Amino acid sequence: MSDSSCPLDYSAIVESYFLEHRAKLIDLAAFLDRLDRAHDSSASNTDFRVDALRQAMALLNDGEGERARRVLELFSDMSIDIPQSAEGMKGALGAVQEPSE
Amino acid sequence: MKYIEPHGHMVSRTTADYKSMALAGCVAISEPAFWAGYDRSAVQGFHDYFSQLTQYEPARAAKFGIEHYCWLCINPKEGDDPGFAREVISIIPEFISHTNVLGIGEIGLNKNTKNELAIFEEQVALAVKYDQLILVHTPHLEDKLKGTRLIMDAIEANGNVSPGRVLIDHVEEHTVKEVMDRGYWAGMTLYPDTKCTAQRAADIIEMYGTQQIWMNSACDWGISDPLAVPKARMELKHRGHSEDIIHKLTFDNPFTFLSQSSNFTLAE
Repeated sequence: MSDSSCPLDYSAIVESYFLEHRAKLIDLAAFLDRLDRAHDSSASNTDFRVDALRQAMALLNDGEGERARRVLELFSDMSIDIPQSAEGMKGALGAVQEPSE
Repeated sequence: MKYIEPHGHMVSRTTADYKSMALAGCVAISEPAFWAGYDRSAVQGFHDYFSQLTQYEPARAAKFGIEHYCWLCINPKEGDDPGFAREVISIIPEFISHTNVLGIGEIGLNKNTKNELAIFEEQVALAVKYDQLILVHTPHLEDKLKGTRLIMDAIEANGNVSPGRVLIDHVEEHTVKEVMDRGYWAGMTLYPDTKCTAQRAADIIEMYGTQQIWMNSACDWGISDPLAVPKARMELKHRGHSEDIIHKLTFDNPFTFLSQSSNFTLAE
């Protein structure tokens, strides 16, 4: 057992959490289906948040660890500029919108 | 098992919440000053708020055997108006000697602006001047990583603040390691939809250890749960963590950090 391990064994983790995360995954699938079913759905519809979500989904299955940290970093503003004021800014949206978008 | 709620906005909660928290084992609450959900129109609004934090809430909590402590500041969101923010900062010394005041907080950043940063730095200086602990709010969602780094850089630029006297709150998987590596205390906020769930908080503890870290509900007027800490204790217990570890995370650690203020007089 490594220093960072969970005290539960593999099968206990599955028993404890599988159904909850199965439901969350189906929610995600249904959300993507809902976007497809939007009354104005078209191939040209895009949103930076959905784009980030799709990138994050790919990251989940890339075989690397620390998925939570990497997903959060993918959603993070990595810019170094500091604006003077928040006047006119929107609240946090959960993903980064490039200026041209 | 008794526990401390180290971050709860009880001005936004009902008396029934105090009762539920007491029944769940809460013996002390520390309440940072925060954004009310709207921008206040005059400094007098903050005068009334600080009076509420230092006088009314302690009495309300005491009815349920809970000790109430608080922190004073202008929050990061309203701190983006530097003129107004400085008016608010000017009245803080009037309240700072009150017996339930633990420090300056929750100060920090919201949209990572120069205005917010200037007011943050001025409030860090205020904490130094009055030898106060500091409780830091880190930004939401996509702004958190950048803001957390700006905040730590600003504290270190002051040169007179020991990181062991600063709690940086709302850490997540992408910020917790850097916060702890730089010597600060880390707070995990247990929210249903944003910040940390109880499961992720338990994961973080397993990955990064139990030193200089606590869990809080940050219950307020939004979607939040005043019983989030006892529910996180259940998660830790379910995973097989010992009672000693659970007690350390939910009582000993906040007790140790908050006891750096002489106003924190909770019996161990």
